[in-house]
Amino acid sequence: MSVAIDFDRVSVTYTGATEPTLREVDLRVDEGELCLVVGRTGSGKSTLLGAVNGLVPHFTGGTLAGRVTVLGRDTSEHRPRDLADVVGVVGQDPLLGFVTDTVEEELAYGMEQLALPAGVMRKRVEETIDLLGLADLRRRPLRDLSGGQQQRVAIGAVLTTHPRVLVLDEPTSALDPAAAEEVLAAITRLVHDLGVTVLMAEHRLERVLQYADRLVHLLPGGRVEDGDPATLVATATVAPPVVELGRLAHWSPLPLSVRDARRLAGPLRDRLDLAAPRVAVAPQSTPTQDVLVASDVVVRYGQTVAVAGVDLTLRCGEVCALVGRNGAGKSSLLWALQGSGRRDRGRVLLKPEPFGEVLDPARLDPQRARRIVGLVPQEPSDLLYLDAVGAECARADAESERPAGSCAALLERLAPGIDPASHPRDVSEGQRLALVLAIQLSADPTVLLLDEPTRGLDYGAKRRLRDVVHELTARGRCVVISTHDVEFVAETADRVVVMADGEVVADGPTSEVILASPAFAPQVAKIVAPQQFMTVRQVRDELAAVPS
Amino acid sequence: MTASLTATAPAALTGRLARPLHPAGWWLWAIGMAVAASRTTNPLLLALVLSSTCLVVAARRTDSPWARSFRLYLVLGALIVVGRVVLHVAVGFKYGDHLLVRLPTVPLPSWAAGITLGGPVALEGLLGAAYEGLRLATLIACIGAANALADPKRLLRTLPGALHDIGVAVVVSITVAPQLAESVLRVRRARRLRGERVRGLRGAGRVVLPVLQDALDRSLALAAAMDSRGYGRIAQVPARTRRGTGVLVLGGLLGTCVGLYGLLDASTPGSLSVTTLLTGLALALTGLWLGNRRLRRSTYRPDPWRAPEWAASGLGLAVVLAMLLQGQLDPSVLLAPLQPLAVPAVPLVPVAGVLLATLVAVVSPPPVPR
Repeated sequence: MSVAIDFDRVSVTYTGATEPTLREVDLRVDEGELCLVVGRTGSGKSTLLGAVNGLVPHFTGGTLAGRVTVLGRDTSEHRPRDLADVVGVVGQDPLLGFVTDTVEEELAYGMEQLALPAGVMRKRVEETIDLLGLADLRRRPLRDLSGGQQQRVAIGAVLTTHPRVLVLDEPTSALDPAAAEEVLAAITRLVHDLGVTVLMAEHRLERVLQYADRLVHLLPGGRVEDGDPATLVATATVAPPVVELGRLAHWSPLPLSVRDARRLAGPLRDRLDLAAPRVAVAPQSTPTQDVLVASDVVVRYGQTVAVAGVDLTLRCGEVCALVGRNGAGKSSLLWALQGSGRRDRGRVLLKPEPFGEVLDPARLDPQRARRIVGLVPQEPSDLLYLDAVGAECARADAESERPAGSCAALLERLAPGIDPASHPRDVSEGQRLALVLAIQLSADPTVLLLDEPTRGLDYGAKRRLRDVVHELTARGRCVVISTHDVEFVAETADRVVVMADGEVVADGPTSEVILASPAFAPQVAKIVAPQQFMTVRQVRDELAAVPS
Repeated sequence: MTASLTATAPAALTGRLARPLHPAGWWLWAIGMAVAASRTTNPLLLALVLSSTCLVVAARRTDSPWARSFRLYLVLGALIVVGRVVLHVAVGFKYGDHLLVRLPTVPLPSWAAGITLGGPVALEGLLGAAYEGLRLATLIACIGAANALADPKRLLRTLPGALHDIGVAVVVSITVAPQLAESVLRVRRARRLRGERVRGLRGAGRVVLPVLQDALDRSLALAAAMDSRGYGRIAQVPARTRRGTGVLVLGGLLGTCVGLYGLLDASTPGSLSVTTLLTGLALALTGLWLGNRRLRRSTYRPDPWRAPEWAASGLGLAVVLAMLLQGQLDPSVLLAPLQPLAVPAVPLVPVAGVLLATLVAVVSPPPVPR
């Protein structure tokens, strides 16, 4: 088999950095392989992907030592535009990469640049539309599409030039489970039917690991190990629940998919069955009192109804997860609850017990509102405007009237080791989220709303976030998290609210809601069903309690 | 179901397929109408041109955002008429015998001679101002019609290769503008989360910085995406040729503008302006042709130039010719009769020209339903 991508002792050092991001990477990806790149946040996944078509270093700057060859073309001699006919690149946020504004024109754009004849273009657009199921969308404006549809269009737009290598940076991280399935199905179809070589980075291993032919694991310090997924994942720094469960049960070879795991899990299920016939539920702090009551909340943008009459009661000491499709109205609801966003109808009332009077957050002075209801928005960087992390912390202390250094101390606990002099834009995504979280926590709000906080976080960062959340609820605070990450929900939330089309379609304890739905069930639940466990930790605790 | 039936039925009956007319076709037609309107102050003719434009827009526009903007052009036109009249009453040079109202006159120093503040307002002067306002409003409506009927992005795509980069820049800025507005809203909202009221200059600074950073990030991401997708795969050309192309195109366009101005300005000798116009056009075309050679790209589903496009541009030319012909026959009927005041005449040739040009509403293919 011929080699599609060849890294020969490649090191990348960005300008101003003391340490190289990639160090002497040797990597060979054969044609037709689906190769998955994994590693901690900031370990250099995007750099590795960017080096394939020469965006690193032609576009990003820095120096690249060694040699990257794609289908025989050396990236030091070929600029990204010269590789456009063999490498297709899809970035993390498809909307940022769109050049035109309707689906059909976007599909044709790359071919126009390669000067393909009109007849060929017409034919390939139709083929791609069929391949990715875009027929209904062809005339639609790109901005009106859902996240999954946009991602499929972005993939289609690079496919029309018939690239033999496809590079995907976190294609499903911003998508809900159903849309992610849709995109992954399209990708695997390309690999199996068309023999396209795919190099894909992804944090959400539980979604993609089973499809990978080869795993590339980026280690701290810029080194890389690669090989068979099942062997490599046994020692990897990141692992999805299915692998953790496999490690716990000493399965060999380690299962990568729910299906493999289920076939191995017979004895485990029997052992769990021996336990007392009770339903395992997430550690539930007993909710004490209502803290926020929303009734009949409606949010409208022009003709579109984002939130259609939602009733929601939040209680002290609970973690409530808000799940649902992209565009189901989760963000709008959070903003309406906080009081800074639109609310066209309905009431949001903060209960009198903690505050002494009944309050509507929208009527409050923003300074006071944030001490009662805090929100970390989907784009955390919107909150930042100073040029140093330390300055942002100091400003947050002043805003919250706390003693100097309290926000910095919070940040040190959330994400240790951030240089206070560094620019907020330069730190990694996880660190930036930690900074904004620290800023909002410095006001010590009674209700904390987090909008998609897990996007772009690795398993370690998610674990730290979960610990912070549980610490808050232990102090009687209430946390609402909107997320697509069912594994995070299973491990963190006491209660799940499912939204669809702006309405609440399900509301109840986590175990009840997510175990009842195949789309939202976490991996562990699928493996040990009919035993009702949601997380590896619950299984571990159970096994410890039951003598083998 | 019913809606789609009614939408497709006329096309099926006439056997014509719905397709967008070539944007250049619409522009040529609209420019013809605008030139015709610019040559007259006869209110009846102007009203005819205006209603013809409205009719065509109503018949052939799509429901795209730029098509909905036509109303704004009409509103702008109305504001211009009102503004012109108000200016006349306030500071204009008053003339005429049919006195309407006598405003107090404010005496001005000698250096401001020619400007009269207030004074007696007569019907003649008022009507004259209104007619001039109407002429400008009609011109704007014609341009608005072209904008509403022709997709601006498709027009940019028809630009010759040498101007392709400018076209891309315009398209990108068109998409960036709404994103910027969205970004401002998002950041303003986020400011409140930090307990600030966004007011005054300090508040503005705190909004502008994240918005600009956001815009910069977006443009970098877009540039990277465009580069990865092959934008700018240009055949190698020596720098001298490239500069030469630039000089030719710019010089040519300048010549064309000067020539056009001369043609529209009645006091410049016709032969001189025609020569300048033709030389300018020739220079510009040579430059564009040279520039085209270095660009290797193709266009997906280019808009065809067929009979309806020829008809649209021909009708635009026809209405201009009708105006010019009337100017040769009897130029006085093209002007509104103000001194003495009379009912404006209805000259046969221009009216026929405008009515003929209105036919474009029928000869152009029906728009594609969304």
